Amino acid sequence: MSKAQNNEAVTHRLLKKNRSSAKRNERTGKIIVFTSAAIIIAATIAITLFLGYKGLKTFFVFDIDIWNFLTSTTWDGTSESGAFSFIFGSFAVTFLAALFAAPIGIGSAIFMTEIAKKWGQKVLQPVIEILVGIPSVVYGLIGVTVIVPLIRNHIGGLGFSLLAGMIVVGVMILPTITSISADAIKAIPIDIKDAAYGLGATRWQTIYKVIIPAALPSLMTAIVFGMARAFGEALAIQMVIGNVKGLPDSITDQAATLTSIITLDMPHTTYGSVHNSLLWSLGLILLVMSYVFIIIIRVVSSRRKI
Amino acid sequence: MKTFKVFGLLFTLVLMIGVLAACGGSGENNEQAGGDSGESSGSIIVGGSSAMQPLIGAAAEQFMSENPEVQIEVQGGGSGTGLSEVASGNFDIGNADYFAESKDDIPADELVDHKVAVVGMTAAVHPEAGVDNLSKEDLKKVFTGEVKNWSEVGGNDQEITLVNRPDGSGTRATFNEFGLDGKTPAEGITEDSSNRVKQIVADTPGAIGYLAFSYFDDEGTVTPLSIDGVEPSDENVQTGEFPIWAYQHSYTKGEPEGLTKEFLDYMMSEDIQNNLVPAQGYIPATEMKVERDAEGNETDK
Repeated sequence: MSKAQNNEAVTHRLLKKNRSSAKRNERTGKIIVFTSAAIIIAATIAITLFLGYKGLKTFFVFDIDIWNFLTSTTWDGTSESGAFSFIFGSFAVTFLAALFAAPIGIGSAIFMTEIAKKWGQKVLQPVIEILVGIPSVVYGLIGVTVIVPLIRNHIGGLGFSLLAGMIVVGVMILPTITSISADAIKAIPIDIKDAAYGLGATRWQTIYKVIIPAALPSLMTAIVFGMARAFGEALAIQMVIGNVKGLPDSITDQAATLTSIITLDMPHTTYGSVHNSLLWSLGLILLVMSYVFIIIIRVVSSRRKI
Repeated sequence: MKTFKVFGLLFTLVLMIGVLAACGGSGENNEQAGGDSGESSGSIIVGGSSAMQPLIGAAAEQFMSENPEVQIEVQGGGSGTGLSEVASGNFDIGNADYFAESKDDIPADELVDHKVAVVGMTAAVHPEAGVDNLSKEDLKKVFTGEVKNWSEVGGNDQEITLVNRPDGSGTRATFNEFGLDGKTPAEGITEDSSNRVKQIVADTPGAIGYLAFSYFDDEGTVTPLSIDGVEPSDENVQTGEFPIWAYQHSYTKGEPEGLTKEFLDYMMSEDIQNNLVPAQGYIPATEMKVERDAEGNETDK
């Protein structure tokens, strides 16, 4: 439909109604939309303020040295506790999971957008949706019953390990990376591809030299989104990582993450205790990190060339 | 138009304040919910220790079927939550598997302790470790990491893997205090749920954790340890011969009244203590021949 025709149709529809009801509709719509926006903004601000208040209490009320808290690796729920082993564990799981999921995710995104457009989308799309829909406790259970014994019997160690966490969380963030990557590749203008083919490039050359570089900022965004999800994952990771406080020596060693310690320790603490406050501080670190991830995503996507 | 705009703005503001207050208020507006111990409305809230939840839940169900007018809500949340919420008045009864005195932030003197059951626990070992009895000294050596291989304490040549509970857990506190005489265990795998601890010990060669008696069965997937030759049995706990046991506490803020008192009396009744409590894997508090105070001192009853 041309713009003129479109305008005419709209004018016609508007003219049919009397003006006051149109005005009322306008207002109702505005109120609904503004309220929704306000709720989201208010919730975000409230969560940030609340976590900030709870998390900073550790340093201002209980007078715990923030440097000690961030660097010490002993954790016993007292004021001497430090979170470094959990910060390290969370980052280790996040980067390992991204390392595991990024090639597979981007690979399957290329497969379903460039190689087998028709059935690739028909088969892969539902598979990805199913992966998204599986609750994380199921990933954890599969991790404990399949992956942990597999590692114990074939690679060594106890099975509960960073490696198990990397695989479980890697599979969990796979759909995020795949679907965002697929959207990014689809968004590349066909002209660029045509130009590549026109110059005599093969399909692989086009993918390697044209599509991936053009989509790179968006692919990076996809990976960071996946990492943000991995960083916040709690249940599945807690089931397979072993929750050992301390720095792991190898990838088959046990570790603990910020989230796993919060879920393990929180029920046993009393409100207002040092231990409870320390756990809130761990939560604050998680929140700060999710802000950092968002900033990274913003920076990376602003570098998009197309 | 203008009034609508004002209305919309006000509405938004109220919402924002609501959200903020709901999140920030956990400390301040706790007072109103408690207090009315429910004799008129006929409902109370019980919550806390998730280990105690099945027992209290079963008792509550039985109580409600006998008194259809009554509503007892049983929640989990952990012992810390139970103590905090009963102290602030949100729960009528707060369940905990340790003494309130052991937590500095809980006004233990305001709370009244009702010991509704006793739980015995012992170390659970993977069968291939080849031990079913340890002296307390050896148990301490195993858990503090002084000994790394089962062969050093009379078992098979198998590396020891520790399975601990999280800091602050009542099970951990009990085991450390009475099994390890207050020694802090070395780092190991940490799990909260007893079922998962059992699973890990059963699956991991050389693993040792600790479990309540009720988690040991005839299948022998995990071996219960005797300590200093004393078998981990209900009888040995009752006579005070087996050292690792704890009370299951139900705390009330001040002396219980009304329905809260009725329910606690019901918990201590012979019917519940002799049937439901053992059926849920606990030892009746009324059958104990020894007593223990908050400092861990044991006396004959």
